Amino acid sequence: MEPYKKHESIAALMNRSNVDTDQIIPKQFLKKVERSGFGQHLFHDWRFNDNGSDNIEFELNKPAFKDAKILVVGDNFGCGSSREHAPWAIADYGFNTIISTSYADIFYNNCFKNGILAIKADKDQLDKLMAEIAANEGVRFVVDLENQQVTTPGGNGFSFDIDPFRKGNLLSGLDDIGLTLKHVDKITQYEQQHKQNFPWLWA
Amino acid sequence: MKKTMYEKIWDSHLVVDEAGQAPLLYVDRHLMHEVTSPQAFEGLRLSGRKVRNPHSILATMDHCVPTKNRDLPIADPIAKKQIETMAENCRENGLNLYDMKNPNNGVIHVVVPEHGFVHPGMVVVCGDSHTATHGAFGALAFGIGTSEVEHVMATQTLPQKKSKTMQVVVNGELSKYASAKDIALAITGKIGTAGGTGYVIEYTGSAIRELSMEGRMTLCNMAIEAGARAGLVAPDEKTYEYIKGREFAPAGQYWDQALAYWKSLPSDEDAVFDATVTLDAADIAPQVSWGTSPEQVVGVDSVVPAPESFADETKRQACESALAYMGLTANTKITDIAIDYVFIGSCTNGRIEDFRIAAEVAKGTKVAGGVTAIAVPGSYHVKQQAEAEGLDKIFTDAGWEWREPGCSMCLAMNGDELTKGQRCASTSNRNFEGRQGKGGRTHLVSPAMAAAAAAAGHFVDIRKL
Repeated sequence: MEPYKKHESIAALMNRSNVDTDQIIPKQFLKKVERSGFGQHLFHDWRFNDNGSDNIEFELNKPAFKDAKILVVGDNFGCGSSREHAPWAIADYGFNTIISTSYADIFYNNCFKNGILAIKADKDQLDKLMAEIAANEGVRFVVDLENQQVTTPGGNGFSFDIDPFRKGNLLSGLDDIGLTLKHVDKITQYEQQHKQNFPWLWA
Repeated sequence: MKKTMYEKIWDSHLVVDEAGQAPLLYVDRHLMHEVTSPQAFEGLRLSGRKVRNPHSILATMDHCVPTKNRDLPIADPIAKKQIETMAENCRENGLNLYDMKNPNNGVIHVVVPEHGFVHPGMVVVCGDSHTATHGAFGALAFGIGTSEVEHVMATQTLPQKKSKTMQVVVNGELSKYASAKDIALAITGKIGTAGGTGYVIEYTGSAIRELSMEGRMTLCNMAIEAGARAGLVAPDEKTYEYIKGREFAPAGQYWDQALAYWKSLPSDEDAVFDATVTLDAADIAPQVSWGTSPEQVVGVDSVVPAPESFADETKRQACESALAYMGLTANTKITDIAIDYVFIGSCTNGRIEDFRIAAEVAKGTKVAGGVTAIAVPGSYHVKQQAEAEGLDKIFTDAGWEWREPGCSMCLAMNGDELTKGQRCASTSNRNFEGRQGKGGRTHLVSPAMAAAAAAAGHFVDIRKL
């Protein structure tokens, strides 16, 4: 995983709530056995017309949002399925940061496994960010994970909370499995005890 | 200290709990299907890691499998590759796989309980949000992403943040034909799809105790639709009776030992929950979703709500866009909504009890003109049992299609899908835009309501039949 670095990027606006994983990556694209290449299908049913052309009504098709790395979106983002194809598609499309008031639990976890910083803003902060983007499409925000700070030219910046473990992993780009396996002796010890307590599970 | 069932299971599965890192939770059972696992196996291979405990895993093929002409090769080459990859990954790692031709095949969350693979007190994961189903047995069961699937295969643990606890109390008696599905939908309607975010729900109360194991599975299955990663029902005699004698059930000398442990699991009296929600079962009418989120649901005796009936601006907008997508007008009676398609099946409502109740309603009826109705058993065992009871005949006599098991139209990955604008009465769990096919319109209902709609061509208040 790439370490997450401080960056200044265009912030794209999707003023929609309860965006579910079926919208982020519709099921017809879940049949691939690879992790890559899902970005071209991100928000497929909204992004493209029936004939395959771009739907110019769809927010992310606005030229001003091209090359955006930050996605600013409404409440309860990523609800529904556990499919990690959703953050894979988001990352592959080019986003590395999402700002919303809230996320579905599984989706939130999945983001951090894929180098995506999912920032929780309070409702008031989010409304201000959305208004700033709406008034000035193509505006660039600065995201500084180290200092847990978002800065905007309109002065709507804020500091955000994040679990220190998730933060550390994003900053270092460390592999979760490697970290867990440092505790392999404890896992083995637990399993020995587990076998004694619940022999029927090991019979 | 008084503990909830969730806290008991959490505490007993903590492997590492140190400052500066997420607690590591031990995983007893790992369930798999073809869609969310291939990249995890690839990750293992690339890092040279092995599956730590192959016996903890049970795998099936369900999302992409055809529900008819099963003897023909799979037409979609990408789906075919996914199915073959699953078989290859399981073979290579020595995993127990119920493949498409296996008599035990079916939808993962239907198959797993059939074999007694999940017991009270376990931690159970699967790369599938409906893993919550197994909370019906008093197991902490939740969906995970593919990176976590790889993590569990390599380490048998998961870094986890402890959830808050929510008690959903449902007392009283359900009206005739109101079911576990209606309770689940009513809860989602009440607390919203984000209402349970950050929580594990424990369902309590007399109406929950009255539910069969199948009903409890339906209920817990939809915990995720209310935002909760897991739902739990305390184990009782029904639970023990259900598990006893099944393939992976504790046997012989171990049965009493297991039973004693299981009986220690229910939440202590006076254990404190972080939140409590109460419903009266008698108030729950058969539910019909009208929008594109499972929280957009009303009783069948109600009308499609108007956007202006929502005080909250976000909900008002959501209602407006849902009505546009669903092709519905505010204040239309639910019973005036005509349908084109009916689907009975899925990990929510694909069990024998679901087909029994649907057949009871379908018996002697005919599918209305212009309506297609399909019944898709959750597993081969459900199919066989239904056929032994003559239920298949009831459906086919009424003009239904009786299919092979699979996820089918719940998420429409296998070619069973709606076309643009088609409207479906569906016993599945999600009515998201495009879920059952691009432009398709899904109304979530119980099996009895689906069967009644098939015969009438529109929704009907089943209580009045």
